[in-house]
Amino acid sequence: MPPSSTPPDEVHSEKFLHTLMRRQLKLSAACAAAFLLVLLGMPLANYLAPQFMATRVAGFTLTWLIVGVLFFPFVWIISWLFIRRSIALEQDEVNSVKR
Amino acid sequence: MTLTPLLPLAFLEGVDPWILVFSLVTVGVTIGMGFWSARQSKTASDFYVAGRSVSVGWNASAISGEYLSAASFMGVAGMVMSSGYDALWYPVCYACGYLFLLLFIAGPLRRFGAYTIPDFAEGRFDSPVFRKIAVCFVLFIGFFYTMPQMKGAGVTLAYIFPGLPYWVGVVLVGAVITLNVALGGMKGITLVQAFQYWIKLFAITVPIFVLVSVYGFYGSHLQANSVQPAVAGAVATGDAARTLETAGEIGRKPLVEKAPKDDKWIAPFGPLTTKAVNAAAAALPADKRPALLAEYQRPYSLLYTYSLIIALVCGTAGLPHILVRFYTNPDGVAAKRTTMWVMILIGIFYIFPPVFGVIGRNLMPELYTGLAGIKGTDAVVLKLPTLLGQRFGVLGSILSGITCAGAFAAFMSTFSGLLVSMTGALAHDVYGRMLRPQSTAAERMRAFKFAAVLIGGVAIGLGCFVEPLEINFMVGQAFAIAAASYFPLLFMSVWWRGMTMKGAATGMLTGGLCALAAAALTNFSTLALDKGPMGKVFAGFAPLNAFWAQHPLLRILCEQPAIWAVPVAIGLMVLVSKLTAAQVPRDIRLKMLVLHAPEQLGLKQEYIQEHSAGAGH
Repeated sequence: MPPSSTPPDEVHSEKFLHTLMRRQLKLSAACAAAFLLVLLGMPLANYLAPQFMATRVAGFTLTWLIVGVLFFPFVWIISWLFIRRSIALEQDEVNSVKR
Repeated sequence: MTLTPLLPLAFLEGVDPWILVFSLVTVGVTIGMGFWSARQSKTASDFYVAGRSVSVGWNASAISGEYLSAASFMGVAGMVMSSGYDALWYPVCYACGYLFLLLFIAGPLRRFGAYTIPDFAEGRFDSPVFRKIAVCFVLFIGFFYTMPQMKGAGVTLAYIFPGLPYWVGVVLVGAVITLNVALGGMKGITLVQAFQYWIKLFAITVPIFVLVSVYGFYGSHLQANSVQPAVAGAVATGDAARTLETAGEIGRKPLVEKAPKDDKWIAPFGPLTTKAVNAAAAALPADKRPALLAEYQRPYSLLYTYSLIIALVCGTAGLPHILVRFYTNPDGVAAKRTTMWVMILIGIFYIFPPVFGVIGRNLMPELYTGLAGIKGTDAVVLKLPTLLGQRFGVLGSILSGITCAGAFAAFMSTFSGLLVSMTGALAHDVYGRMLRPQSTAAERMRAFKFAAVLIGGVAIGLGCFVEPLEINFMVGQAFAIAAASYFPLLFMSVWWRGMTMKGAATGMLTGGLCALAAAALTNFSTLALDKGPMGKVFAGFAPLNAFWAQHPLLRILCEQPAIWAVPVAIGLMVLVSKLTAAQVPRDIRLKMLVLHAPEQLGLKQEYIQEHSAGAGH
């Protein structure tokens, strides 16, 4: 997409950059937190509750089912939510400047 | 049906024609596509980043195709078979590490616009010196990553041609790919990589579906690995009875001596993560062993697991041959969309290799002791489909041929991707920017080809040494080095404006070199244990194993260095940047705007104008 004109001065203010980075980082950090909670929680669950994590579900142990199969769709959902939000965020920023 | 009467060559003895045909077709199509697209890529821009005109679907397939290496295709299955649950972290983190890339790095990096990571390093800090440092790591990580690909090639060829020495396979495959890259560049690679993703997905899923429908589902095979009844001959009740029943249904074969026991294999903190403590216990007198195991085994393997997860998740976000692909997206939004599709494509793929490992454990336990010409379980993906031959004749050979074709696609695509990024670093950064900045376009093209041959040669040489090491393990180490060098660099310089060149360089060098040294030491000591010729070459490192038997914690920290190397790198970056705060680039606000503001605002154009007018380079 070619730029239509030089951006307004507002873009170069300290405030604009600060808000821009802050909003995007907040979104990324929230998604990362959800992901890390589960990813880093799994070894801890294995460590603290080995009996429970070894429960059999359709032949799988619970922990094998979560890590080996269910974790993938979980991450797809996070990434889909992130993309939707971050594209909306960027559109919002463009609108706020062009207005 | 045999080829021997037609081709009187000794090494073709015992070659399965189906396997040979499928493999040759894959290699032939790959080379053909490379040559075909070579005629279409003319300019240097085409060669490096495909003219930045690749659509999201193509690019996502290509990134996935490049990423799914011999480690994913063969190594994961082999490691699940040999180590059980703990090996599952590899496929999970290989796939999910992309989330970090998506959340923090993909969009900004694409907006900044540069051909390679060294370009980014120089542009962000206005420092040609830093470019040189960044180039070194493209090569370090690249060479570490090519070694397992070469092992995959050696193992596969030794499987196709029984009796062929390991090194012949390495040299043969290495030479073919090097030639392909030297002639085609990256435009060729994009097309070939995308095609190879679909080959790999097909090659892993079709044999699995057939195996599962004949021999029982993923879950049933895991069910068969429940704890066996404690006393032989005792009447089994409850869960144990169901286990025996399932084991009977799926036709489970008795485990061999070398295989890990069922309860250790299926549970977390099994043979992979407890190896160091077990070795330490073995060095003690028998009466002291249980105390040591009880105290250290589980905590240390928890530490091992965390360090492995950090290495794989952060490392994915710092792999140079993957990052270079993000520049082929038209803009930051496309870069993010591509990343999401990559996660879906590779996630689907990674569900399947562990199934091979699980079924292989039940039905082909003889792999634990190694078959003729193949060491260890890394060949399970290739070998397992031949079981079907007992019931369905030629079907077993065809499916084994398909997995061989997939294995070829795996190591060929990753090796060529690595070769392109390493050659790009050498030709574009070292030759084009440092040695001969005034060189013409034709000279640069020649430099690219020469660099490709040079790097391919070195990679082949290194590949010949690593036969005793596990494929997946070596890739994990390459990830650890990337996690301690590029990941902190990218993450911090995208999100923290106070970063200075000196801070970035100190952190990246210290973290990366520490991880590199630790990984190399671990490998040398493992090679010293080898009974073959490698054991003699690396005999000097044998005393290290005795040292590690006394200090299992140090062994774990060396084998999986990410847990300390990543914080060291980030900590040094912050510390040194604070000390040299006066040297933050003057136009840092504009740089940050270019990284984070949407493209529609047109800041990039402004940045380029200001930069060419002001800095004068």
